Amino acid sequence: MTEAADAITRVHREEWARVVATLARRLGDLDVAEEMAAEAFAIAVERWPRDGVPPNPGAWLTTTANRRAIDRLRRESRRDDKEQEARMLYDDVPAEPLGVIDDDRLRLVFTCCHPALAPEARVALTLRMVGGLTVPEIARAFLVPEATLGQRITRAKAKIKAARIPYRVPAAEDLPARVSGVLAVLYLVFNEGYLASDPDQDPVRSDLTGEAIRLTRLVHALLPYDGEVAGLLALMLLTEARRPARLSADGELVVLAEQDRGAWDPALVAEGQALVRERLAAVAAGQGRPGRYQILAAINAVHTSARDIRDTDWGQVVALYDQLVRVDPSPIVALNRAVAVAELDGPEVALALVDRLDLAGYHAFHVTRADLLRRLGRSADARAAYDSALALAGNSAEVAHLTRRRDQLAPAAGTDHQPPAT
Amino acid sequence: MTRYLMAVYGPAERNEFGTYASQEEMDEAMAATGAFNESLRERGHWVFADGLGPVSNATVVDGQGSAPVVTDGPYLESKEYLGGFWIIEAPDLDVALALAAEGSRACRGKVEVRPFEAP
Repeated sequence: MTEAADAITRVHREEWARVVATLARRLGDLDVAEEMAAEAFAIAVERWPRDGVPPNPGAWLTTTANRRAIDRLRRESRRDDKEQEARMLYDDVPAEPLGVIDDDRLRLVFTCCHPALAPEARVALTLRMVGGLTVPEIARAFLVPEATLGQRITRAKAKIKAARIPYRVPAAEDLPARVSGVLAVLYLVFNEGYLASDPDQDPVRSDLTGEAIRLTRLVHALLPYDGEVAGLLALMLLTEARRPARLSADGELVVLAEQDRGAWDPALVAEGQALVRERLAAVAAGQGRPGRYQILAAINAVHTSARDIRDTDWGQVVALYDQLVRVDPSPIVALNRAVAVAELDGPEVALALVDRLDLAGYHAFHVTRADLLRRLGRSADARAAYDSALALAGNSAEVAHLTRRRDQLAPAAGTDHQPPAT
Repeated sequence: MTRYLMAVYGPAERNEFGTYASQEEMDEAMAATGAFNESLRERGHWVFADGLGPVSNATVVDGQGSAPVVTDGPYLESKEYLGGFWIIEAPDLDVALALAAEGSRACRGKVEVRPFEAP
């Protein structure tokens, strides 16, 4: 019983996307593909505990879903059902190669992340169709009412069908532009897991970071020579490796400098660093220029190489940020660069850089200013900056961290200071 | 094949050069659009295309009552109006979007792509 239940959970994770993707190709309809896949899993839940888990669960599910689809076509006897039926029955081999890589799941990823869909719909659709998450699960993760999220997915599927968003991997010349949209979706899912924005949620959502890594691994397996895909995977692994050290026992966020490095996951560090080395070698061999994710991964490789914060090679971190600024000259990158500059050239130099940025609506801007002002002994200014940061922060662990930092500041020199109660 | 409307929107205000800034710009856009139309025909995407006259010449008719009611002006009051359109045939949205990008460059306007209901 438990064995079958475990098998279903495992197979659901591993095979959902494959089953949906195979059916989507055969049916040309994501909606029906998803419904049939769900039905096949429902039948498995009923039968496997009684009959045992089949030797090839993925194939069993695909065949079952396929049969349901054919039954349904026969019942509905649509005008074109004969043709559909024939395609379903005889199409056991993949169709002619339509893109650089012929894999149903990769087509599904690109369809769900098509630029003609709204970004929030891309995230929802990818998690639903490729990740196999349920609508309530995705709604909870992204703080959207279930009905809204359901509508978003329904609308996106309707547009895919009506506007004929193709179910295919883009041609080689369009691939880099389209891959970057896919990676943006995956990174968004990861970041929401790593620093959840909802004060009522767990501050770190390992379900979401895990899902993002799983999907990025899949894309990496399907596009092994894409440097940015490898870069994003490395970035996620090296970030995820630090997760065990990121929250204190009482649920407060622990910043990088204060983390117990012995608690970092050595296997994830090793895997992420190996990917970064592979990319460095490829770039050195003239295979493309490193993009945003590869540079961010390299920065994280420097951090995870230092056994102690004092051993961090800040010169290299700043040099990598200089490189990143050239690829992505956004003020947020400049802000992160300033954090590294503070370690290399001191908080005063960094504060001058930060104060030039127009980021007053961004909470990390105030966090950075608060920290630099604190280190410069400007307590009153630091306090004001912590207050601004707290007003914009949503993550409960981060709020706890910022509150403690603010309350540790030297009392203001003014008259409003209350002596602590004794 | 699916039919798509590729609609070009532009400002309600028009001058002697239509929605363009100068005679030269208008001539260039017209020539580029003509060439694009020709290539749509050659590649088998063409169904129909044309530019619309100014919105000030629009008239709305409501024939639902006992006698038709005729009103001067467009149905929607807006700052930007449909200025022209293509109707094309394409196998999927990616092809339609690529054509819309070509059309947008040719006519120097933003193009809305919308599938027709019937395939």
